[in-house]
Amino acid sequence: MSKKPSATAEKKADSTAKDAGHGRAPVNASLSREDKIELYRKMVRIRRFEERSLRAYQAGKKIGGFLHLYIGQEAVAVGCCSLMGKDDHVITAYRDHGHAIAVGMDTKPLMAELYGKATGCSKGKGGSMHYFDPSRNYWGGHGIVGGQVPLGTGLAYAIKYKGLKGAAMTFMGDGAVNQGAVHEAYNLAALWQLPVVFVIENNGYSMGTSQERSSAGDLAKRAEGYHMAWGQCDGHDVYEVRATMDKFLRAAREESKPAVVEIRTYRYRGHSVADPDNTYRTRAEIEEYRRTKDPIQVFQDKLTAEGVLDAALIEKIDTEARTEADVSIDFSEASPFPTVDDIQKDVYWEADNPAERKSQGRLFFD
Amino acid sequence: MPLITYREAIRHALAEELQRDANVVVLGEEVAQFNGAYKVTEGLLEKFGPKRIVDTPISEAGFIGMGLGASMLGIRPVMELMFWSFYSVAFDQILNNAANVRYMSGGQINCPIVIRGPANGGTNVGATHSHTPENVLANHPGVKVVVPATPYDAKGLLKSAIRDNDPVFFLENTILYGDKGEVPEAEYLIPLGKAEVKREGTDLTIVTYGRCVIHSLKAAEILEKEHDVSVEIVDLRCIRPLDIDTVLASVAKTNRVLIVEEQKPFASVGSQLAYMIQREAFDHLDAPIHRLATVDAPAIYSPPVETEQLPNPQRIIKAAIEALA
Repeated sequence: MSKKPSATAEKKADSTAKDAGHGRAPVNASLSREDKIELYRKMVRIRRFEERSLRAYQAGKKIGGFLHLYIGQEAVAVGCCSLMGKDDHVITAYRDHGHAIAVGMDTKPLMAELYGKATGCSKGKGGSMHYFDPSRNYWGGHGIVGGQVPLGTGLAYAIKYKGLKGAAMTFMGDGAVNQGAVHEAYNLAALWQLPVVFVIENNGYSMGTSQERSSAGDLAKRAEGYHMAWGQCDGHDVYEVRATMDKFLRAAREESKPAVVEIRTYRYRGHSVADPDNTYRTRAEIEEYRRTKDPIQVFQDKLTAEGVLDAALIEKIDTEARTEADVSIDFSEASPFPTVDDIQKDVYWEADNPAERKSQGRLFFD
Repeated sequence: MPLITYREAIRHALAEELQRDANVVVLGEEVAQFNGAYKVTEGLLEKFGPKRIVDTPISEAGFIGMGLGASMLGIRPVMELMFWSFYSVAFDQILNNAANVRYMSGGQINCPIVIRGPANGGTNVGATHSHTPENVLANHPGVKVVVPATPYDAKGLLKSAIRDNDPVFFLENTILYGDKGEVPEAEYLIPLGKAEVKREGTDLTIVTYGRCVIHSLKAAEILEKEHDVSVEIVDLRCIRPLDIDTVLASVAKTNRVLIVEEQKPFASVGSQLAYMIQREAFDHLDAPIHRLATVDAPAIYSPPVETEQLPNPQRIIKAAIEALA
């Protein structure tokens, strides 16, 4: 996020001018009324889920460790993941709740994972940063900044090796672009023309350090050094996200062309819930974004103008999302913790499949 | 049985598994056109083509992580590290990702990847290229660690490693690449986690693995001829899973143990072995467990001195005599 008022004003004018265009982009024009409601609903569900998790974390002390909230960024995951075909795959970093809901994961095991319960999506072994659902082509949920980027490149390698027409969307934050592993992955993707779209979710801050204090030059433009295509768009408008990503995803699927796409977005909460965020940005900055660019409000306004949403439906979707979040809490509260015996399960495939074990000797030590 | 080199044995294992399973792919620096920095992959590009035998840039974090990502989708990459010493630049991929992904996903994801390459000192290449990280690797639950000493073991173990559904780290030795041994032409597999008694004896058990097996066999011959000592040698072959039962059976027979390892002593593989032996075979021990390791310093360059920094037959003989005192 730029703090210069003139730049903000420019951006706002720019995005307003483009708004109508993105809605008319073929990938959006072809959406049915139900599709549009579903996009909106997913964003609302992510937000209510996370707000509810925040209450459980702060008031209830029910959730351990870190909780990196996606609030403010919902249009990015929902827009990108709504474009997935059956051979498209997704991997991201630790701010992974939004992508999990966007790919279609049930919120009950997601909340239960935060609670550290055996019914969690990773059986209480991964926590907030490590959501996975390979059945929905969702490969995590990774804790080390930039560490998932070579893995996403490997998903693309496997897609190409198998001769499939798919793309691997590899998400990272703006802080990840300075990691060596990211550049190594860029080089491999470009060298071997792998069907990967690297998505930089630029929320302006790598933890508490602003983009201008951490990164030289334009983030996505670094792709030029690798002769890779690149693009930028605003991430508060789900139509714009879809229109931008569709082009790059098609090039990946159909021509096996990699790309880097920087999506400018904003998070309302601290880097993690436990971090104070008053040291590096102002309340006014957050409020300004929330007032003018909130992705849910922006889409709600568009869909209302289109006649897709009305007050009653907005209310209904919101109530359902709140109820769903409450249900996920009830489910988590009622679920058992993993047992001490569970600690050593899911470590080795062979240990979990003893009938098929080929190796001998001790796998575990005390 | 044909006599082939350790290098050829590994190559044959790769070729057989490439032939057997279309999902096996060999990637690494100089593995294709250059025929391998140590010629292990010589001829494989010609035989299997560039889709299966792939040269990578010098980019270990990138290509190891990429192979790991591909393995999550069912590809079985065999990644060559030109030296295991370069594992440090890919540490996050090897030990944060490969070791943990299955666990953090609650068992939903497998990573059937093999990372192989030489891990040894003794070639006067200095401290940066002489690491033996089997202890560091084996410290991470979720991974398997193999260190073969002979051509026969190298081939049978690598084939098992490639078929394994867990990540397997396979540590070879540049000094052993030219060593010859009998290897049958017919296909065979050696299960991971099965030690082998490489020499029977009654007075002292040497527990060892990798090139130190070869040193220990030489030392045992001299000990027998010149000191009338009968040494039993247990080759672990695999560090994790660990066949401690074969070790304990040998200790029960000889009642004395010398661990020989090309490892820095602090928190080495031998440290773990010594703990387990005293814990599980205390009543069988007639003397404290002895250990011979690398002299505790970064690997020295100076060629004649490096020989003395590592375990060698003379140092083993001396340590064996002390263990028998």
